[in-house]
Amino acid sequence: MTAPIYLDNAATSWPKPPAVSTAVIHYLEQVGANPGRSGHRLSNEAGRIVDSARESLAKLFHISNPLRIVFGSNCTEALNLALCGLLRPGDHVITSSMEHNSVMRPLRQLETEGIALSVVVCNSNGTLDAALVEAAIRPNTVLIALNHASNVAGTLLPIAQVGQIARKYGLLLLVDAASTAGSIPIDMNADCIDLLAFAGHKSLLGPTGTGGLVIGERVDIARLRPLKRGGTGSRSEAELQPEMLPDKFESGTLNVMGLAGLDAGVRWILERGVDSIRTHHQQLTQALIDGLLDIEGVTVYGTQDSAQQVSTVSFNISGISPSDLGFCLDEEFNIQCRVGLHCSPAAHQTIGTFPSGTVRFAPGLFTNDQNISQVLDIVKIIALSVR
Amino acid sequence: MTTENFTVVLFFTSNHAFRAEKVLKDRGISCKLVPVPRHLSSECGVCIRIDPSTQDAVMQILKTSYVEMDGAYQI
Repeated sequence: MTAPIYLDNAATSWPKPPAVSTAVIHYLEQVGANPGRSGHRLSNEAGRIVDSARESLAKLFHISNPLRIVFGSNCTEALNLALCGLLRPGDHVITSSMEHNSVMRPLRQLETEGIALSVVVCNSNGTLDAALVEAAIRPNTVLIALNHASNVAGTLLPIAQVGQIARKYGLLLLVDAASTAGSIPIDMNADCIDLLAFAGHKSLLGPTGTGGLVIGERVDIARLRPLKRGGTGSRSEAELQPEMLPDKFESGTLNVMGLAGLDAGVRWILERGVDSIRTHHQQLTQALIDGLLDIEGVTVYGTQDSAQQVSTVSFNISGISPSDLGFCLDEEFNIQCRVGLHCSPAAHQTIGTFPSGTVRFAPGLFTNDQNISQVLDIVKIIALSVR
Repeated sequence: MTTENFTVVLFFTSNHAFRAEKVLKDRGISCKLVPVPRHLSSECGVCIRIDPSTQDAVMQILKTSYVEMDGAYQI
């Protein structure tokens, strides 16, 4: 069997830079202790690892106060914290029809609890007209929740433009940056983002089980309820949850080995620069899109323009289901990708691929031009064989 | 054990103590993370110990670095 060609980076990036494994092993073998609880040297070293991860992410997102970053187990948890923590019965929230279930499911649940929800419909290529968001604003609107890029079609949404609208009306903007953090430049202030949810294990190159929420200056901490309450290593005499950041939202021992790896991943990104990573992704993405469009029987979804999307390409081959194609790619050709609905039924309805779904190729940092040519040759062979 | 005089700066959470240690280190000011002295607080966390001569500079740096302090004490 040939070497694997891993095109599932939109789910979890792999491989990671070697520094990520080194950092995880260093924590496990040399540090090991509980961060910020006990005060001995190993506990302090664990605390420094967590602080360092906060600082690296603050640099990446261009925020001045790292203590406004709260860690959790993934982007889903961060989105749940923002949505369930902020919204109250009677509030109105606006989202898009390209959202992942990590936004849609909490919102649909909140809708049953008295929150009004508007889902602004995106175009069939996944793009969003910001004017439609503005038109959906009501007197009781408090929040706009949008993905930065679709996990299905890769299409980028006009975050900064919507951010300006949010500021104009005094609303908060929550951005689901699962598909963009680390691969697309993000500036919390310039992009007018108030709450930024990120996943550690995708383009930030960290291990699974890491993620968090960046809480902007415009967010009232007193209003934001934590998802969980418990031990924080601070104010231990009090039986009420502390109000300060980041402790209010970080009950229980953090995933320090994961955060050690995440810190190493983000440092790796900062050394190379998000712009150069973006250029690499964009080149691979355009080569993939152009190559797929050249194959008879292949439909490519989204804008078909790498400048308008991340390195996530959804497509189908007529005559074979996404699941059969995915199985064939893995089984016969050692190519890993993701097929189906990608936890985003709304997005598939928007681009017209519900309920069958698509095949999704997501090249990553360590994918090269040769990998893309090999994959295109294989897709061509399969497309011919099912005609 | 040393009998020197020190200033300790207390925080509401060790997360802020780690931040304090980092921003001071970045600016070349020496400090040491130590357990919170029992007579100053019932906190089980850590605080930083500094040279009393650097106290004004430390307070200024921490204030502009978003580090929230619970107070500074001579020990």
